[in-house]
Amino acid sequence: MEKTTLSVRNLKKTIGKKEIIKGISFDLKEGEVFGFLGPNGAGKTTTIRMLVGLIKPTSGSVEIGGYNIENHFFEAMKNLGCIVENPELYPYLSGWDNLLHFVRMLDDVGEERITEVTQLVGLTDRIHDKVKTYSLGMRQRLGIAQALLGRPKVLILDEPTNGLDPAGIREMRQFIRFLAESEGLSVLVSSHLLSEIQLLCDRVAIISKGKVIRTDTVEHLLSNREQLIWSFEPFEKGKEILSSLTKTEDSGDGFIRTEYESEKAALWNKQLVDAGVKVTEMNRKLPALEDLFLELTGGDKID
Amino acid sequence: MIKLVQNEMMKLIAKKRLLVIAAIIAVLVALFTYAQYKQVETQRHKLGTNDWRTILQQQIIDTQNRLSSSRISDDWKKQLKVGLQQQQYYLDHNINPSEPGAPTFMRMFLENSIDLFLPLMVMVIASDLVSSEHSLGSIKLLLTRPVRRWKVLLSKYITLCLSISLIVAITGIISYLISGMVFGYKGWGAPVLTGFNVTNQGLGTESVKLLDQWQFLLMDFGLVWFVAIVVGTLSFMLSVLIRSTAAGMGVMLAALISGAILSNMVSSWNSAKYLFMVNLRLTDYMKGTAPPIEGMTLSFSLAVLLVWWAAALAVAFWVFTKRDVY
Ligand SMILES: Nc1ncnc2c1ncn2[C@@H]1O[C@H](COP(=O)(O)OP(=O)(O)OP(=O)(O)O)[C@@H](O)[C@H]1O
Ligand SMILES: [Mg+2]
Repeated sequence: MEKTTLSVRNLKKTIGKKEIIKGISFDLKEGEVFGFLGPNGAGKTTTIRMLVGLIKPTSGSVEIGGYNIENHFFEAMKNLGCIVENPELYPYLSGWDNLLHFVRMLDDVGEERITEVTQLVGLTDRIHDKVKTYSLGMRQRLGIAQALLGRPKVLILDEPTNGLDPAGIREMRQFIRFLAESEGLSVLVSSHLLSEIQLLCDRVAIISKGKVIRTDTVEHLLSNREQLIWSFEPFEKGKEILSSLTKTEDSGDGFIRTEYESEKAALWNKQLVDAGVKVTEMNRKLPALEDLFLELTGGDKID
Repeated sequence: MIKLVQNEMMKLIAKKRLLVIAAIIAVLVALFTYAQYKQVETQRHKLGTNDWRTILQQQIIDTQNRLSSSRISDDWKKQLKVGLQQQQYYLDHNINPSEPGAPTFMRMFLENSIDLFLPLMVMVIASDLVSSEHSLGSIKLLLTRPVRRWKVLLSKYITLCLSISLIVAITGIISYLISGMVFGYKGWGAPVLTGFNVTNQGLGTESVKLLDQWQFLLMDFGLVWFVAIVVGTLSFMLSVLIRSTAAGMGVMLAALISGAILSNMVSSWNSAKYLFMVNLRLTDYMKGTAPPIEGMTLSFSLAVLLVWWAAALAVAFWVFTKRDVY
């Protein structure tokens, strides 16, 4: 059995009179990337702040590496690296001095670890420049370097791809997968983008209005919800053939939607082509997060 | 803990705060030196002599003339009387109250900057020590390390105390060096009187003691340092309580300025003596001027400040270790 590195039990938080987190529970296993998916205002950041000890839960418990963060703050924090929202490092210090600052807050880590992590995140060239001269992507990387200093078992990243360009997002994704697979870290990543979570994570918790609606592997969550969008000529004939094979839906703008299954898609395509229909477009489409939510929450409005 | 203090020092130095403060002090000292120099010049011009006895005699006559005018308030009258008796005492014992030289200037500068200028400089550092971490957002990184919160705050407080000591030392050194260029560097051994006893009846001289100027200065420095620590701790607490540096500074500034104003008008509001800001002029007790409120003594003021200090520190630590960080 895989080891559990982070365990969250029935976490609740009331701010003022408003209950913002209404009982969240989940576990993180070693070497796993876990997605925390929810729309704006769902409570992702608030939950993460409780996980890292910035705010005190109203009730419930958090254990990191087997240590309760309230009773054993010191030991729990040794196993944790995190970025909450943006990595706000000191702009007036160089990247190196920033890392040195956080190394000094750890007991058993020396300066050679700074060299190691800067190499790991690929920031060696610019490490002695002031952080205020860094681009957002470089700051994100420095943030990760900072989180990795103490060789944590659990890495918590709140929207790590926020503000990155597509190449940066891709790089970040590969890097996070590398950390989980090669270094055996458990990584918790929050996001409101389904596409991002889908490519990155092994398991996902979907959260809305302070509650976990569903926790599952990505495949389970998305299978038979993916759609295939067709366009062909002649339209009516193609539609007729496709309808005889599977359930179709005419979106009214010259496209037909069917469900997506990799084997069947090829088969249907072949039959259309054999019947003399020219298939001009076949597009696999992820369900929008909104659709998924509407389905899961039974039509509740997202706010 | 030493490593944490190192961290705080690194950030402080990178922000170049101490340099700015040193520059401000240098400019102000230069200004004061020039003003003092001008004053001595005009006096000599007017009286046509350089002899301090003649000058002091003239000052006493001036004060007496003012006292006979009926337009001045009772409070002010009392102050003047005390000053008059003191000047007379100096004259009678053949001691120059303002022996020219850098040490005398230093003493004067300390006495004048203890309740407003130095606290302001201390505030520049203290008021954003914690709140800047909040406004920057780096507090989230700082508090998610395997270091307990009270240690983080303590390292900041130690840094504050070190910087305050440094500021006081810088003030001493700069004022000595700059004023010495004009007034000369001598005068450490000049005699200074202390231990005047200000009462309702006027000036008591039973317990007056003669000190060397350097001894007197040493005590002055101690008092200035103590006041700076108390004011620093209060702004430190505000920096913990108020997330905005500007707001924290504003509150502290208002308190300090109101203290300077109140000192001149609270003589009939007795309980005002428990406010920290009217107790800041500790060096006045050494010099022997009338306190703003009847019954205030050096030990009373020290005790009041000590209570404020302890309370501020307790509040700062309590709030910092308990509060949710958003
Ligand atoms: N300090 C606070 N006081 C009161 N309410 C708060 C506070 N912080 C957050 N909230 C509320 O808690 C809810 C969850 O906020 P949170 O920041 O956790 O959302 P999120 O899932 O991180 O959203 P996003 O995707 O926008 O980052 C929101 O409705 C927000 O208004
Ligand atoms: Mg958020």
